[in-house]
Amino acid sequence: MHELSIAASIVDLAQEEAHKRGVRVLAVHLKLGPLAGVVRDALLGSFEMAAAGTPLEHSRLVIEELPVIVFCPQCDARRSVSAQSLCCPQCGTPTPEVLQGAELQVTALEVDS
Amino acid sequence: MTGQPRILEIRQNVLKRNDVIARELRERFRAAGVCVVSLVSSPGTGKTMLLEKTLALLRPSARVAALVGDLATENDAARLARSGAPVRQIVTGTVCHLEAEMVRNSLADWNLAELDYLFVENVGNLVCPASYDLGENARVVLMSVTEGEDKPLKYPAIFHGADLAVITKLDLADAVEFDSDTALANLSAVNPGVHVLSLSAKTGAGMDRWIAMLRGWRGM
Repeated sequence: MHELSIAASIVDLAQEEAHKRGVRVLAVHLKLGPLAGVVRDALLGSFEMAAAGTPLEHSRLVIEELPVIVFCPQCDARRSVSAQSLCCPQCGTPTPEVLQGAELQVTALEVDS
Repeated sequence: MTGQPRILEIRQNVLKRNDVIARELRERFRAAGVCVVSLVSSPGTGKTMLLEKTLALLRPSARVAALVGDLATENDAARLARSGAPVRQIVTGTVCHLEAEMVRNSLADWNLAELDYLFVENVGNLVCPASYDLGENARVVLMSVTEGEDKPLKYPAIFHGADLAVITKLDLADAVEFDSDTALANLSAVNPGVHVLSLSAKTGAGMDRWIAMLRGWRGM
């Protein structure tokens, strides 16, 4: 269970930005891909714990879950696939080239200035 | 007075700090000419056994060392030290995975230029280590025949991120009716084109191909 340490990194990162800009964080927006190896619900619970006692206490973590997107060389097209099956859903070609799916990225802060 | 909530776009990778340290480590390994191979698997897959045999097989001709991560105890390091190779344990306490900073700290006083290979055995865990780059040249994921063929489907992130998959305890394959074709199909499904080796560290079957693979990586 490494979500608590990930959550602590998110709180630190957000607080650092907020401090720099002199604002208070109301919500942290995060993009999460299935290949990041992080469980959404565990992260949400951990965020509350990690934020407790910090200026981010009572702020929200808003997670946008991204699908895995691969490139199919046969169809010359982007395809949305499951992390359990990296092959083209149209033609069945294996698709080692992953264009999206490993994200663990804070994209925005909702702040109260 | 407080104003209206507004959105600040920032776009930062959560593990940026780990990634920066991992990049520094990778550069340091490259400059020292040491090939760094990390091993990940669930507990009991045989990482330490494989490493014990690997150190012994490589040692006559190569300078090898190992870092071993564990939640508690230094048993694995003691086992590996019998090979005569320098071994250091990283006791992670409550942390369920190795991070680049732990690797950096434990290597602080090592002269990496004196090594040909450094093995990093991660904490037995197929979930958490997936997120952390350690600066290694190659990441090897292990699954044993006793664990079932569907391990890659249950833990796609870690199997996806591996440079090589090793199926261990091959000597037990018949006893547990291990279905090799299904296991290979599952590995390909989460990591298309991944190279797979099957071996038994106990009997030595398949160890020659593993050692050849390591020598190939070193030559790169």
